Amino acid sequence: MALDKIGIAKRIAREVKDGMYVNLGIGIPTLVANYLPQGIEVELQSENGLLGMGPFPWDGEEDADLINAGKQTITTLPGSVFFDSAMSFGMIRAQKVDLTILGAMEVSERGDIANWKVPGKMVKGMGGAMDLVASAKNIIVAMQHCDKAGNSKLLPACTLPLTGVGCVKKIVSDLGVFDVTPDGFVLVERAPGVSVEEIVQSTKGKLIVPNDVPEMVI
Amino acid sequence: MPIHKVVSNAEEACKDIQSNMTLMVGGFGLCGIPENCISELVRKNITGLTCISNNAGVDDFGLGLLLQGRQVKKMISSYVGENAEFERQMLSGELEVELVPQGTLATRCMAAGYGMPAIYTPAGVGTEVALGKEVRNFNGKDYLMEFAFDSDFALVKAWKGDHKGNLIFRATSRNFNPLMAMAGKITIAEVEELVEPGTLDPDHIHLPGIYVHRIFQGVNYEKRIEQRTVRTRS
Repeated sequence: MALDKIGIAKRIAREVKDGMYVNLGIGIPTLVANYLPQGIEVELQSENGLLGMGPFPWDGEEDADLINAGKQTITTLPGSVFFDSAMSFGMIRAQKVDLTILGAMEVSERGDIANWKVPGKMVKGMGGAMDLVASAKNIIVAMQHCDKAGNSKLLPACTLPLTGVGCVKKIVSDLGVFDVTPDGFVLVERAPGVSVEEIVQSTKGKLIVPNDVPEMVI
Repeated sequence: MPIHKVVSNAEEACKDIQSNMTLMVGGFGLCGIPENCISELVRKNITGLTCISNNAGVDDFGLGLLLQGRQVKKMISSYVGENAEFERQMLSGELEVELVPQGTLATRCMAAGYGMPAIYTPAGVGTEVALGKEVRNFNGKDYLMEFAFDSDFALVKAWKGDHKGNLIFRATSRNFNPLMAMAGKITIAEVEELVEPGTLDPDHIHLPGIYVHRIFQGVNYEKRIEQRTVRTRS
């Protein structure tokens, strides 16, 4: 069975290591915070100006001055710090943030990513995504493998306007885990119950399938 | 000459803001927006404004109020979702929109406040944001040259401020406010609490008052929450 959103978040959470500074994008990436491995310490960076982001507040304790980049009410943790938007993107640009996890509409076999614009339909803006992908040391993309019509979103080249070029290192889709290499997508793990055959058929970009592709353990 | 920056209210602070000017407006979403100044711009009903602001408010609050009244000619923002009227005006061509990566937006403000004409950033290299811009390679990586912003007024919101214009912000409502305050030719700060000089610890001030030209005690803050997200107690 293909992974649901929570399954994708759980699998990505296993990529987060002790001591990392991590920026989580809107949507599935936000869910990753709920499934981080026990016993590790991670600092979440919210690009609107917070390091050390805590969970959502208890009902009645929400604070209009304290939100995340998705404009949701949040909390701080002991050791949290606030800063302005220039410093926030300064630490991103200077690669102080170890891992960026974000969603995508398309990823190319060269690691290009498109996630901010559908011409004529959706023009909401790139927010901080272009800054994040241009500078991040390590980018993991959380995405659905195919669109609603069944067309692959892992492509030879993106068809939508790009957010960044040659930057994605790893993809966790509902069908599996993929490394993005100079030679194309490499299938690393299959989602539980999903066959290699199904993944091959659902992937339009160049896909390298090793002899042994283990099933994911979540 | 004594430094006199305190004005009585938004009307006095915004008295010489005119149609067709370029304004920076602080805030991230509805967090930390200068509510009093925005209301005053609505009341003045000036038009043809160019607004540099990370977002465009929601339909009935924040900069959305200026859009409702067709007061804005052009928005320069990084993210403009959450606003149906904005989208309608943009798609119909009534409203000109320049989308700028968020870090570039912040740093173009910062550059203006630091007296630097331009910055180099990797954000947008290889995308449509790079069209028509100078690309320069440093140490094997490409960067876009982006210019410092030039604005007539900056309208910012702080938590506390004193009569000299020194400002302290609260939590994530800081966001673009200090940067825009630094960048404005004339900077207007509205604060939740206006205090006497000496009240604020010099070590705790986020923005030196030299960047602020007018300051006033704001009133009736709504501080609307855009996405109220909570855990419920079981």
